Amino acid sequence: MSEITAPSMIKVIAFQLMDKEYAFPVHQVQGIEKLIHITRVPGTVPFIKGVINLRGVVTPIIDLRKRFGLPEKEYDEQTRIIIASSDDIEVGLVVDSANDVLDIPKSIIEPQPDIVGAVEAEYITGVAKLEKRLLILLNLERVFK
Amino acid sequence: MEVNQYLEVFIDESKEHLQAINENLLLLEKNPEDLAIVNEIFRSAHTLKGMSATMGYEDLANLTHKMENVLDAIRNHKLHVTADILDVVFASIDDLEAMVQDIAAGGTGKRDVSDIVDKLLKIENGETVNSTAAFAQTEASPSVSPSSTVKYDEFEYTVIQQSKEQGFNCLEVAVELRADCVLKAARVFMVFEVLEKCGEVIKSTPSTEELESEQFDERFVVTLITQEPAEDIESKVKKVSEVERVTVTEFIAQPLKTEEAEREVAAAAAPAPPMPTAIPEKTEKKEEPKQGKQQAVSNKTIRVNIERLDILMNLFEELVIDRGRLEQISGELNNPELNETVERMSRISGDLQTIILNMRMVPVETVFNRFPRMVRQLARDLNKKINLEIIGAETELDRTVIDEIGDPLVHLIRNAIDHGIETPEERKAKGKSEEGTVKLKAYHSGNHVFIEIEDDGAGINKEKVLHKALAKGVVTEEQAASMSDNQIYELILASGFSTADKISDISGRGVGLDVVKTTIESLGGSIGIEAAEGAGSVFLIQLPLTLSIISVMLVEVEKEKYAIPLSSIIETAIVKKEDVLNAHTQQVIDFRGKIVPLVFLERIFEVPKETQEDDFYSIVIVRKGDKMAGLVVDSFIGQQEVVLKSLGNYLSNVFAISGATILGDGQVALIVDCNALIK
Repeated sequence: MSEITAPSMIKVIAFQLMDKEYAFPVHQVQGIEKLIHITRVPGTVPFIKGVINLRGVVTPIIDLRKRFGLPEKEYDEQTRIIIASSDDIEVGLVVDSANDVLDIPKSIIEPQPDIVGAVEAEYITGVAKLEKRLLILLNLERVFK
Repeated sequence: MEVNQYLEVFIDESKEHLQAINENLLLLEKNPEDLAIVNEIFRSAHTLKGMSATMGYEDLANLTHKMENVLDAIRNHKLHVTADILDVVFASIDDLEAMVQDIAAGGTGKRDVSDIVDKLLKIENGETVNSTAAFAQTEASPSVSPSSTVKYDEFEYTVIQQSKEQGFNCLEVAVELRADCVLKAARVFMVFEVLEKCGEVIKSTPSTEELESEQFDERFVVTLITQEPAEDIESKVKKVSEVERVTVTEFIAQPLKTEEAEREVAAAAAPAPPMPTAIPEKTEKKEEPKQGKQQAVSNKTIRVNIERLDILMNLFEELVIDRGRLEQISGELNNPELNETVERMSRISGDLQTIILNMRMVPVETVFNRFPRMVRQLARDLNKKINLEIIGAETELDRTVIDEIGDPLVHLIRNAIDHGIETPEERKAKGKSEEGTVKLKAYHSGNHVFIEIEDDGAGINKEKVLHKALAKGVVTEEQAASMSDNQIYELILASGFSTADKISDISGRGVGLDVVKTTIESLGGSIGIEAAEGAGSVFLIQLPLTLSIISVMLVEVEKEKYAIPLSSIIETAIVKKEDVLNAHTQQVIDFRGKIVPLVFLERIFEVPKETQEDDFYSIVIVRKGDKMAGLVVDSFIGQQEVVLKSLGNYLSNVFAISGATILGDGQVALIVDCNALIK
């Protein structure tokens, strides 16, 4: 989808974690699911919540709050699983809520300021200020690691 | 006319012919005087050549042709079968196989074969200089035939020549379409369809590509190899509408006759080659029963693309999941009518499952049939005399298992030949026959397939194994003292172990047998060794029939469900808490006179604790080889057939979990890897 947009624009999906808004390119999104039963997989890193049955495919789930070291929160009606893919890996990301899909001009993307909150810098590619919203852009490959 | 649609058939058949040649060459080596075998080989090679020339793989046809010349010389008593000649022929088969592989992989089938061609020519020239000279002649003047307007190259020419020998006629069918014909390509296609039913089209002038793109006037010539009389062909082609005129002329290989005659003079010993016009009747009788047989076979089987079977299997897996879901729903609703319908559906889909699984079954022959070649080569390299016996090659296994089992078997056979079988001198000294025997045996038993590799070689030296294992730190002295013979033998499967005194390139790198064991265990199978020093050893491999649908026992640990493969379960038991004994830090139970260690799944899997413990343990006794363990769970749910799914690339190597499955309620349950839990 990003191919269709003008080269100067980038289409991203924006979602909520705590009070911050994060985003990553929409072409990496395979779908957005409501919360379904997650089967815990023992012996994995803590941020892996487990696996779900995504229409017959066993898909691993990452809790992004845990991944980013944010305080945990009970899942509710707003909680969504964003199915994202990178290379040949398909993973579901648990987020507080999925907001919308946006076009952002590449020109407004800035490198990450020194202090942006608790999140470590390695999986952040930059920030974009759009009207009153501040989007934190993620590099999924690094998030998965 | 479109080549692609024939490509798959071509590749499959080429492989079959190459395999047939391989097998027959091995037979020939044992009976060098049996010309019937040479003829068999010749026939396969000939078909292969014809096919590859038709498909435009010239290198393939060229090499086959050169090989055929050598075979022809053998057939005509000009050459005697020797191991050296066979080595070269085998080497050319290897090259041919490589080319076919290349074509299968989407390549062009081109390969530099000048080396092997030289060797073949040398063999051929050793005694029959004339036949190559004659070929040079054919190349120089390929179309001397007076009636022919079509130019043939060397391969087509030989194809024609040899089909004549087998009693087929070569006809040139000149077709003229009406001048007002609109869809010329369509008519051409229809003509080809008619002709292809009658025989084999080996050439068309202009070429098929040009015909397809209508780059011709009204006339084109098709060269057909057939057994039907020219008049029949003519009238059949005439039935295609918009065909103005059809002329069928027999293509008589005029220069061929002189060439054959020359050869005859040069080598008086050769039987007189039959005159092309005289043979048809003679050989037709020979061909007919064979063709009848072929037709009978082709009516019973069809070739199905393996991908389609995989898709069918995947769809069926989805169905199995839904079946489980339906069974659960009907169980909850408890409506008699619904129950009955669901039960019926379960039965039918059960039958369906058996059929689909059977469809994916492939005889182990497909793996076994490459071993005779390998054994022959190894025996020659090592100067040993070895007889390979294959029993039960027709035993069927799921394709997924077949794909994986080849390499481990190669390893084990190499091992048996390199380390097991002694040199002829040693064997003689021991009072054994000089020729060692390696037996490869496959058979079904229950839900498993067993493969045995038995050799009558030196067996395994227990002391040597123990000594080495201790030296390499694979076991400790204390462990060694309490080990049974079989356990000691199995040490050679441990990693970092090689008992050969010197390392050879055949086996003995010390990693091989370890890899074998891991591969087989990853397939859900097991491997065991029996041996007697001086008398030989047996490697016994046990494999599951299929990998995709397995029977499991579902158990509950707190609120989580786990599936334990039925294949590793011995039985279930409920044990009172006070019957659990403590052996140092390990909790054990006395199970039918055996001490069985307990494994608490909730601890291994760190299940969040909620309920209070009661006075009984529910235990699933599982085994791995001779070793057992008791898995402590909260409750048993029951037995179920489930579809094995992988956890994906992202979650690889989760401890003690071999995969996942989707239950009737749509939830994912993890499958316990019992092998990892038993040390």
